[in-house]
Amino acid sequence: MASLAPTFGRGAMTNHWVDIKNTNLVLIMGGNAAEAHPCGFKWVTEAKAHNKARLIVVDPRFTRSAALADFYAPIRAGTDIAFLGGVINYLIESGNVHQEYVNAYTDATFIVREDFDFRDGLFSGHDAASRSYDRSTWMYELGDDGYARTDPTLQHPRCVFNLLKRHYARYTSDVVSEITGTPEEDFLTVCKMIADTAAPDRTMTIMYALGWTQHSKGSQMIRCAAMVQLLLGNIGQSGGGMNALRGHSNIQGLTDLGLLSDLLPGYLTLPKETETEYDPYIAARAFKPLRPNQMSYWQNYSKFFVSLMKAWFGNAATPENNWCFDWLPKLDKVHDVLQVFEDMHQGKLNGYICQGFNPLAAFPDKRKLGEALANLDYLVIIDPLETETSEFWKDYGEFNPADSARITTEVFRLPSTCFAEEHGSLVNSGRWLQWHWKGAEPPGAAKGDAEIIAGIFLKLRQLYQEEGGAFPEPIMNLTWNHLIPEEPSAEELAREFNGKALVDLTDTEDPNKVLRRAGQQLSGFGELRDDGSTACGCWLFCGAWTEEGNLMARRDNSDPSGLGNTLGWAFSWPANRRILYNRASADPNGKPWDSHRRVISWDGERWSGIDVPDFSRTSPPTQGMGPFIMNPEGVARLFAVDKMAEGPFPEHYEPFESPLAANPLHAENPAARNNPAARVFPGDLENMGNADAFPYVATTYRLTEHFHYWTKHVEINAILQPEQFVEIGASLAEEKGIAAGDRIRVSSKRGAIVAKAVVTKRLRKLTVQGRTVHQIGLPIHWGFKGRAKPGYLTNTLTPFVGDANTNTPEFKAFLVNVEKA
Amino acid sequence: MSVNLTRRQFFKVCATGLATSSVAALGFTPNAALAEVREFKLSGAKETRNTCPYCSVSCGVLMYSLGSNAKNAKQEIFHIEGDPDHPINRGTLCPKGAALLDFVHSSSRLRQPEYRPSGASDWQRISWEEAFERISRHMKSDRDRNFEATNEQGAAVNRWLSCGMLAASASSNESGYLTHKFARSVGLLAFDNQARV
Repeated sequence: MASLAPTFGRGAMTNHWVDIKNTNLVLIMGGNAAEAHPCGFKWVTEAKAHNKARLIVVDPRFTRSAALADFYAPIRAGTDIAFLGGVINYLIESGNVHQEYVNAYTDATFIVREDFDFRDGLFSGHDAASRSYDRSTWMYELGDDGYARTDPTLQHPRCVFNLLKRHYARYTSDVVSEITGTPEEDFLTVCKMIADTAAPDRTMTIMYALGWTQHSKGSQMIRCAAMVQLLLGNIGQSGGGMNALRGHSNIQGLTDLGLLSDLLPGYLTLPKETETEYDPYIAARAFKPLRPNQMSYWQNYSKFFVSLMKAWFGNAATPENNWCFDWLPKLDKVHDVLQVFEDMHQGKLNGYICQGFNPLAAFPDKRKLGEALANLDYLVIIDPLETETSEFWKDYGEFNPADSARITTEVFRLPSTCFAEEHGSLVNSGRWLQWHWKGAEPPGAAKGDAEIIAGIFLKLRQLYQEEGGAFPEPIMNLTWNHLIPEEPSAEELAREFNGKALVDLTDTEDPNKVLRRAGQQLSGFGELRDDGSTACGCWLFCGAWTEEGNLMARRDNSDPSGLGNTLGWAFSWPANRRILYNRASADPNGKPWDSHRRVISWDGERWSGIDVPDFSRTSPPTQGMGPFIMNPEGVARLFAVDKMAEGPFPEHYEPFESPLAANPLHAENPAARNNPAARVFPGDLENMGNADAFPYVATTYRLTEHFHYWTKHVEINAILQPEQFVEIGASLAEEKGIAAGDRIRVSSKRGAIVAKAVVTKRLRKLTVQGRTVHQIGLPIHWGFKGRAKPGYLTNTLTPFVGDANTNTPEFKAFLVNVEKA
Repeated sequence: MSVNLTRRQFFKVCATGLATSSVAALGFTPNAALAEVREFKLSGAKETRNTCPYCSVSCGVLMYSLGSNAKNAKQEIFHIEGDPDHPINRGTLCPKGAALLDFVHSSSRLRQPEYRPSGASDWQRISWEEAFERISRHMKSDRDRNFEATNEQGAAVNRWLSCGMLAASASSNESGYLTHKFARSVGLLAFDNQARV
């Protein structure tokens, strides 16, 4: 999300699962789809079997995805930017760039400000003390007309393409190999295979997951891959794309609905501390086009925002009170989970609610997390299962030593339903909203999540009604239009987030023409208005439940094109479009780049094809509107302007715990060893280990038989993978005298775990800067609750530092030591 | 090898053209005459469509349950399999999805609201009513004490920083939407879901 949106405009998988079958080449890097997304990986198999596609896997481990690959290359954990930057350099140097696409559909021709600079591993504007950047120079040069200046001939030394070329010229194949440990010839083999898809009629899909997000510069790894895809012209095309394989079944949906510290539904953003006035708040988000004739769809921000406030606060939201703008909490800082547990550790929180979430296992540095939870006055757990977090206060010996008597936190544990016991919709990785139905009653007295939230909320509202208290207005006026207030139904809530007309909506041209009657469901976000006449809880989902009914429940799986675009199956945001940016599947004149994979094309009057155009249906190619309609540029960004915390071009930095004392690219500058914009809390840097005491690179991973810390409660899965283990390479095992099945102790600066050794050839030693580097693998699925054999929570070992943009913890690359237990 | 046929199958075999006498002569006689064939075990079940709750592939699943929905005969799911009509999984499931029935019936499913008092070493059972009352009382006292209506410049910031919440990215859009509405109405900023990890 934090890398795709700054590049393309939206933070989501660009294509969808079935479309993978149309590709010519699959790159799996930063993920392991064969094990973690097995039934989605089926479409890779399909592409190989029926489209002669090839599969490349780049991973520290020889995974089950690698076992099915045409080519596998090993890599040192945490060095993917060096690898991908090397690919960019190779593509440019060898002339394997889809130049017509790049010139027309990216910002390659845009001219960057003169004061933008990159020196010794740092971009212009760095402040070492605050570990952050003043990003004002990371911008295009603007003309007097307010538009960005461009040079279509690519001659200007500061046009994005030339800056890009210069930036990655340092990433030669020998340098890449020195950093990543990937043998140089393996790296070049991968480059050649990828370069082949620069042809307009060939596409590559990139599939990734937590193997890219869980790094201190994970967002930039993903961005770097997105840039590779842009250079090859693989975005918007069938069989192409940046395909983020999300973890949980509705992680995409909860992100779309904005359940993150700084978001509101539909990627609207909460106002910051400094944004306490309504008009400037809107103006800062309603981006004006940066080039002539561009759609710049965020110009409609106020329509989405006002409709949201009408959905939440009903009649209380009026033009006079700026639609209750003041009622929204203003951000003093982003309260991401690391920040929250840091604050909790410092005693700044009194209460915490965990709904279907097991933070004691899911966040880094278990000891710190347990100490933080013990500082709370009250903790509320809402879950179908007995989580470790719910019993953080209970002594489970070596796996969770605790002195219950000294822990004063009051804990409430409320049983919730599971998927089988509720109606509702989930958004899959490919942005499909699919409805599901309840098949049984929950066990015992368990209730649905919505009922539990209603139970707490209605009681709280009653207390405010009776007693008054701090700022009760938003609580008292929150819309709650449910037939049974204690049991808000999924159908009611879905209709609410889709949105409806509050008064008769008339044509702006012809006031006598009623487009939509008051009370009717809206058919799409194009109908939203900012005068208070529409209510919509999530503009992005508008169209999911219209006057036609629940479109998420549609089950027409017909596929007329044979390309897997089942437009009658469920509903896909936005506006049922299945392949994002599909205007880019056609050349600037509107003709498909590949006639065998026509997604949409221009027929002389309008855009049509096998998908809903992600574009203005009637804008002719001659008008020059770009395919990336969310970006004010109209094109995708090779240069991320000021959207990324650590720079407009991804640069390789070492993980916070690295076997190397310096960044090989900037050996003389200690400030450029690790991500110079990553936030580190006082005390946590001291809790980082070095290679003398902890010489091995560790990476956490998942097994196909388990799902996070969840399936250890499931009997069959607990039987399939009953016991915690650690995977180590044969050469390290030999060096250490460890045999398969031995119990070994793995320690980091933060703690130690003991588990059985699985000795394999899947983890081979690598040579990095002339030194041998061993990597070990830590599957994460055990804990002190559930049916599987009790084990250690793996986050006993992991460091408390995250990505500079998202603060996703660095679980994929840190340092440990290994000994026989 | 002996062949076991029910009475009905036996007559069916006969009707396909073989002379009864010759079939009997070959030893194909029904041993015990049953009233009817054994039913396919899913045929009396209710079929409900759902989605696998684990990863984001969103495999369609079919859940089979029995029970008349009478007061003491609630639906109970006894079988789950892949949905062959689903365009993504086309009936297949992975080792996690194939074991979903054991998740639904896991012995560590929570069944009753529970409460752990300060310093206690075990749970006590409480009613929903009591749980909602005590939780909302905790929240109200905390919120009333620590709510920040304005910042140092006197501008409205209306936030409550001493309480936080994690939402579940395996819950539905509908639950998530309601949770979001609730969280912002009370002024929460320490609010995230699994998308961050």
